[in-house]
Amino acid sequence: MKSGMSAFDRPNSYIGRTVPRPNARRLAEGRGQYVDDIKLPRLAHVAFLRSPYAHARIMAIDTAAAAQSPGVIRVVTGPEMAGVCTPWVGVLSHLKGMKSAPQHPIAVDRACWQGEAVCAVVAHTRAQAEDALPLLRIEWEELPPVTDAAAAATPGCQVIHPSLGDNIAFQRELSVGEPESVFAAAEIVVEETFVIGRHTGVTLEPRSILADYNPAENQLTIYQSTQAPHMMQGIFAKHLGLPETNVRVICRDVGGAFGIKVHTYPDEVATAALAVMLRRPVKFVADRFESFVTDIHARDHAIKGRIAVTRAGEIQAFEIDDLTGIGPYSVYPRTSGIEANQVVNLVGGPYKHKSYKARARVVFQNKNVMCQYRAVGHPIACAVTEGLVDLAAKRLAMDPAEFRRKNLIADDSYPYTAPPGLVFESLSHHATVDKLLALMDYKGLRAEQARLRERGVHRGIGLASFIEVTNPSAAFYGVGGARISAQDGCTMRLDPNGTVTCAIGVTEQGQGTEAMVAQVAATAIGVPLDRIRVVTGDTEITPYGGGTWASRGAGIGGEATLQAGKSLRANILGVAGVMLQAEPGTLDIRDGKIVDAGTGTERIPLAEVGRVVYFRPDTLPKDLQPEFMVTRHYVQKDYAFVFTNGMQASWLEVDIDTGFVRLLDHWCVEDCGTLINPQLVDEQIRGGVVQGIGAALFEHCVYDAQGQLRNANLADYLVPMAGEMPDIHVGHVVTPTRSSELGAKGAGEAGTAGAPAAVMNAINDALAPFNARVAAQPATPELILKALGKA
Amino acid sequence: MKPAPFAYARPSSLDDVFDLLGRTGEEAKLLAGGQSLVPTLAFRLSTPSLLIDLNRVPGLAGITADAGMVRIGAMTRHCEIEHSIEIAAKLPMVAQAMPQIGHPAIRTRGTIGGSLAFADPAAELPACAVALDAQIVIASRQGARRVRARNFFKGLYETDLGAGELITAVEFPAQPPGYRSRLAELARRHGDYALVGLAAHAKTEGDRLSDLRLAFFGVGSKPVLAVQAARELEGQHVSATALALAAEALDDDLDPPDDLNGSGRTKLHLARVLLSRTLTGMVEA
Amino acid sequence: MDATVEITLTVNGERISRRVEPRQHLADFLRVELELTGTHVGCEHGVCGACTIRVDGQIVRGCLMFAVQADGARVETIEGLTDSGEVADLQKSFVERNALQCGYCTPAMLITAAELLKRNPHATRAQIRDFLSGNYCRCTGYHAIVDAVETVARARTGRRDGAS
Repeated sequence: MKSGMSAFDRPNSYIGRTVPRPNARRLAEGRGQYVDDIKLPRLAHVAFLRSPYAHARIMAIDTAAAAQSPGVIRVVTGPEMAGVCTPWVGVLSHLKGMKSAPQHPIAVDRACWQGEAVCAVVAHTRAQAEDALPLLRIEWEELPPVTDAAAAATPGCQVIHPSLGDNIAFQRELSVGEPESVFAAAEIVVEETFVIGRHTGVTLEPRSILADYNPAENQLTIYQSTQAPHMMQGIFAKHLGLPETNVRVICRDVGGAFGIKVHTYPDEVATAALAVMLRRPVKFVADRFESFVTDIHARDHAIKGRIAVTRAGEIQAFEIDDLTGIGPYSVYPRTSGIEANQVVNLVGGPYKHKSYKARARVVFQNKNVMCQYRAVGHPIACAVTEGLVDLAAKRLAMDPAEFRRKNLIADDSYPYTAPPGLVFESLSHHATVDKLLALMDYKGLRAEQARLRERGVHRGIGLASFIEVTNPSAAFYGVGGARISAQDGCTMRLDPNGTVTCAIGVTEQGQGTEAMVAQVAATAIGVPLDRIRVVTGDTEITPYGGGTWASRGAGIGGEATLQAGKSLRANILGVAGVMLQAEPGTLDIRDGKIVDAGTGTERIPLAEVGRVVYFRPDTLPKDLQPEFMVTRHYVQKDYAFVFTNGMQASWLEVDIDTGFVRLLDHWCVEDCGTLINPQLVDEQIRGGVVQGIGAALFEHCVYDAQGQLRNANLADYLVPMAGEMPDIHVGHVVTPTRSSELGAKGAGEAGTAGAPAAVMNAINDALAPFNARVAAQPATPELILKALGKA
Repeated sequence: MKPAPFAYARPSSLDDVFDLLGRTGEEAKLLAGGQSLVPTLAFRLSTPSLLIDLNRVPGLAGITADAGMVRIGAMTRHCEIEHSIEIAAKLPMVAQAMPQIGHPAIRTRGTIGGSLAFADPAAELPACAVALDAQIVIASRQGARRVRARNFFKGLYETDLGAGELITAVEFPAQPPGYRSRLAELARRHGDYALVGLAAHAKTEGDRLSDLRLAFFGVGSKPVLAVQAARELEGQHVSATALALAAEALDDDLDPPDDLNGSGRTKLHLARVLLSRTLTGMVEA
Repeated sequence: MDATVEITLTVNGERISRRVEPRQHLADFLRVELELTGTHVGCEHGVCGACTIRVDGQIVRGCLMFAVQADGARVETIEGLTDSGEVADLQKSFVERNALQCGYCTPAMLITAAELLKRNPHATRAQIRDFLSGNYCRCTGYHAIVDAVETVARARTGRRDGAS
């Protein structure tokens, strides 16, 4: 297995090495700095009155009593805030026909989902702000809520935003090859309706923001738990009428993000507006109830899917019809059309086939908004694809692994253009399958399954092949007009004492960004890891960047770091060469020392070069102007996305009397190219797998017909806990991408992409002897019992 | 989610508690372990003007056992009960229940009195009290009274406690020789409230059961004694047939409502499965 | 009606006297009044476990106790346990095994793990999972945490038994 490029076959390369994260110790000692840990002078706190109705007109708000409540500084309604903050519309021009209505930070005349903020109370403490909320006198006119996606899509249904004409936010139709005739003539067609339950990210640290406005400098400083500080800088500036350079967004420690924290939230923008209006710091931390009703939800999809195969077992075509019910607004600026768009793009991805037909409709509802959450669209596309594949294999009485082997795109077929038009650079489906089946002892498990079935114990194996979007180009958002950066930059500075400080535009939420950057930087320059200091998450200090999302940190941030490091190293060796009267090409930097490249003999410590350059330039030639601070940017332009691939397997037991599922084991073999820190990659996969398991078995935002979220707390919304989770075995195949020198692709979302499909397929495999199937997530005990005809 | 403001009193005697309750009545809430009460305050589902902290009132905690009876003070922490050798020996059902109650940190503070007074229909201890025919000892300024557990739980979060009253202890008959008990539950995650649970207590002679008490929890607004099912099994050997008849009879005992976890029908099915497995396990041991 | 109450308690060995509102929970008191921000708040209804601290030597949910109730108590937070070195081996193991990512659950997870190993030094993986079930982690998927705690359990008991 190749572990990296030849540039990294260096004596002290950190590429491919598992080393502890430099910033982890601080977190383990309770010295993290999350937004709520930060205090500023005269800090005020905001609480929001949230609509109890899914749909209601705000006739009047009497704020007098609330304003008199102890500790209250100010009460602000939507119309007043509209004078300070402009509304936004979440559309992208490349999602043709997408439409959405303007959204305000605080609802102006109508609340469109239960939980939407309709009034802000600012007080000295959060408790005092909450005390004032019941004192607000609001006259509501309840309106009928639209809470069924199918109904919302039907002409004649009440339209939430009359100016838009209907409730359709976005729709897309795609037809490639000859799907109609292929399906009509197919020897075997299997179909299924898949339902994915709406669920959400549940970051342990809730959404948090501390906004401080200094009128003397017209400067807005924001501490925010966000993934994309530069994007937010632009948004705050635009909607509050400030120059971008007068807005500084700082991210210190972020307690979990997973895509939840890469979006624009009305209450967060409102908090910034309040800081401007009050000319003092204002903090907002969503409590857990607020998190459930306002953090973006995701995955609310119902998909009719079918697959055409020959009797010999060849896949010929896929077809899907996807309906997703979002909230009343498309989220800004990434839009709520992306997940459905991804579903269309990704169904069938790993498999050879020429014909594909897809329709996706995204409709507005009076429920919480929906947008990108870890693995966006992939878990859905994978569940549909892999569910259909298993159904086809079953119909053909073929082993599911063999059926996949027969149809997965061959490893030597690349570059390959899939029916939706996406180009795969180089995937390794077959190498991955081989490795996975060996790792899990597939044959052994099948034998055990058979043995146990005879004793009435029903275990199932579920396989799921997947592809994953990483290292995005501007194709994702930029082309649609969003000011979301696909490029990133790294600035490196060698300090007099030989330490290197790296400032980079990708951000850290715990996945190990800082470690990854440090490892690449240390390798590129030639210094020990502990001589690298990484700075992220500050729009004032780092190069302009995109932050972390779509698994771009290592692939794009890492490459910028590599190039900056190489450039800095060249500059250092240039000066060292002059100091040592040697050709720079005969020198190297190893372990923080300038050495003779051939013999490894130490010539001069890096710190000495630093001392001379910074403090004794008089001892250097007159025409030498050393440059020990270097910036390099990188943007991936070879492909729309650099795809990765993998395969997961779930081994579980279904109690056919209770419908309970016991997870016994889980595997993932994944190819994300160059591995910088194998342990960090594996841990991203593990965490992602468990989120996917959550979706498959436990997590569901349950709405009633009135648009009320019934389980907005952690006792009723079931997040996976340690007791029910299996160990997760991870393996890798390594196919570096040639789109960068580092060769790294992304890995952050792969676990979540494939896990639900693997678990669902395993349940259905266990239920096979009973001719029972489940195709809805979460597959609760009740659903399984219903499938078995027992409830 | 900050609670609405309240005043706080920390009485150091029962008399003081009664004084405070007498003065504030409905506006006051008693604070025992807080593990169930505090979340209701945080969500502002409850906005008492006064919290009366029982944690410094002496004489309310402790486990004492004598001839045939185990008395557990209302303020006895779950963790003390969990690790008590007396309880393990004399009240094995309660010992089985303890590790299912929440998680260790919850059990540090949670109390048996609090659990019984809160009366969550999916909680273990109320069902144990009903199955074991415990007496709830209630005190007020007027003195003490005892209520049989099966009469104590009246409805959803509703007990026989009146104004000015609090639980001071629970008295369980020790498990007699020849009897066995089992507490089993089905929960989506370890430590969650049960989807369905069963506190079963019976005399066992070989695989023959008699004097059965089957208290189901998570099946309605309070623990439900499955009298018909118990009747079907009275004096019977635990066989597939007997269990099937008992499972059918459960239809008459239980009428679970639909809830977030599933329909009443599903709960009934789960109750039948739990009955069968629990009793089979009880005689096998 | 909501008059403040005077409390005196020991926090990480330091004697503290403050006036507090009765409704302020202990986790908020530690974070806001004493600026010990290592204890985290994740749900305020006692489910996620991020607020786990020690009171009088026992683990409790800091959000389910009011500061007024801690009058006269001995409170220990992650800061104190770090300074004393009591959880140093667990912290080291967590860092090496990457049993933490965002770090938000970590202080509480360490305190709970320390309690587990105190009660059950030979804890198996299943027992570790069981005991930590009241501490929610969204980042790691728990596998690495179980590994890290198991490693410490082995090291501690190995040392005592003299076996490696």
